[in-house]
Amino acid sequence: MALAATSKPESTAPAAARPLAIEIDAVNKVYQSSDGAVTALGSVSLDVRQGEFISLLGPSGCGKTTLLRIVAGLEEATTGHVHLHGRGLDGLGFVFQRDVLVNWRNIIDNVLLPIDFKNKKPKAYRERARQLLGTFGLQGFENKRPWELSGGMRQRAAICRALIDDPELLLMDEPFGALDAMTRDELNVELQSLWRHADKTALFVTHSISEAVFLSDRVVVISDKPGRIVEVLDIDFPRPRSLDIREEAKFGQYSRHLRGLLERHGAFRKG
Amino acid sequence: MLAGRKFRIPTELWTLVALLALWQAAVVVFQVPEILVPSVDVVFNEIATHPDFYLVQSMHTLSNTVAAFVLSVIFGISLAVAIVYSSVLEKTLYTVLVALNNVPKVALAPLFVIWLGTGNASKIAMGIMISIFAIVIDAVLGLRSLTPDMVDLGRSMRGSGFKMLFKLRLPNALPSIIAGMKVAMSLSLVGAIVGEFVAAQNGLGFVILSAQGMFRTDRVFAAILLLALIGTALFYLMEYLESVLIPWHESRRGHAPKPTTPLAPVATIKT
Repeated sequence: MALAATSKPESTAPAAARPLAIEIDAVNKVYQSSDGAVTALGSVSLDVRQGEFISLLGPSGCGKTTLLRIVAGLEEATTGHVHLHGRGLDGLGFVFQRDVLVNWRNIIDNVLLPIDFKNKKPKAYRERARQLLGTFGLQGFENKRPWELSGGMRQRAAICRALIDDPELLLMDEPFGALDAMTRDELNVELQSLWRHADKTALFVTHSISEAVFLSDRVVVISDKPGRIVEVLDIDFPRPRSLDIREEAKFGQYSRHLRGLLERHGAFRKG
Repeated sequence: MLAGRKFRIPTELWTLVALLALWQAAVVVFQVPEILVPSVDVVFNEIATHPDFYLVQSMHTLSNTVAAFVLSVIFGISLAVAIVYSSVLEKTLYTVLVALNNVPKVALAPLFVIWLGTGNASKIAMGIMISIFAIVIDAVLGLRSLTPDMVDLGRSMRGSGFKMLFKLRLPNALPSIIAGMKVAMSLSLVGAIVGEFVAAQNGLGFVILSAQGMFRTDRVFAAILLLALIGTALFYLMEYLESVLIPWHESRRGHAPKPTTPLAPVATIKT
């Protein structure tokens, strides 16, 4: 695996014993709209440990994206605060719902954009970019332009871009939401394998129950307006997980439980 | 794309030749007096008998045009960047520019002669005055049209404001800026000619004005023909520049869907 050079031996310590990566402490977010103040997030607290894969699951518009953006420093919390351990904001990679590849750069230069932004030498990272692209099956596409790639390939390149500076934290905002189901499955498997080998802490926003269960160590269920944490569900499946676990009874139980929670807290509203 | 070009250029050339033939035919058939519209051969003969004179005058106008254009591009883009980055400048400078743009700028030509004399400076100033707005207005539009996604991407990469400008905002604005430059190129030529009309001892505008005084319509037409030639050459230069600078833009990709005609039969069936 190309990323083996940066990986650490997989920790056998239980998650609770690992050091903290993200502390989210009583974060509130209030927006001023024409109808008055709208509370997007109501006092959300969450501790994420290093190497954990956490999904934020909730109905659309529930504030899970807002929470992710606050963690990423793209928005300010109204009250409360977020503390990132390690390299802080410099140690995070963000994957957006849309790939946001720029057309004036070819694929490898798109991947190297963060390096350019951080005043480092893109040349020194070219080999790493090539390896990353290879890991995601994009070897041979380095010099293609974004519009020559399919949606799934573009999102793969966007993930490579988020990983190029070897972040400790990988924040993902419904990265596979715009992709077809098969590509989505493929990318879920690839993402899991990458996360396992590169030892990243991942915060993953989704509204897909099966995606959340498949990928996560813990699924954080967030309610609608105001966004609050309803439950944090531990997902107990051994790694690596194959797509087949979705047929297991336990997977069904998790899914049913999460769907029930979402129903009670704002999703699937009728009419 | 190149193959397509190869076949298109003759068509454009033939169009010009046909236009000249039409002109010649009209003059001969309707027996138009030479003092009103000279025939094509008279005009060509005029140029052919004084090639040095016309070359010098053409170069004079061309150099003033190009100088005005280059300065417009430099000042225009700088102004646009300042306007986009400073809300104070947006409210003051931009307002002043928009107000100035609505003044018939030809009316300012005599002023420039008073301020800058009858030399090249007043012609270049006139060219800038007429052409700079197209660049400022299009560049401001382009610089502002960075999508929220791209702004987020830039912020998540935590680069300086300079990186944001040079790596995202400016390249993203390039198609708009080039659209403005295309307009500015022809307006620079207008500015140079207007300057020469008001006060000059050389240039094609001066040739037209002095020939008019002597009722040398053949000279007027010769100068106009050369102006058309210069204008067309500059236009194609801009087209070339566009293909070099933004090969990635939608309008420049070879496989852009071309209008097809399969709808025509459907329409005939209906009738």
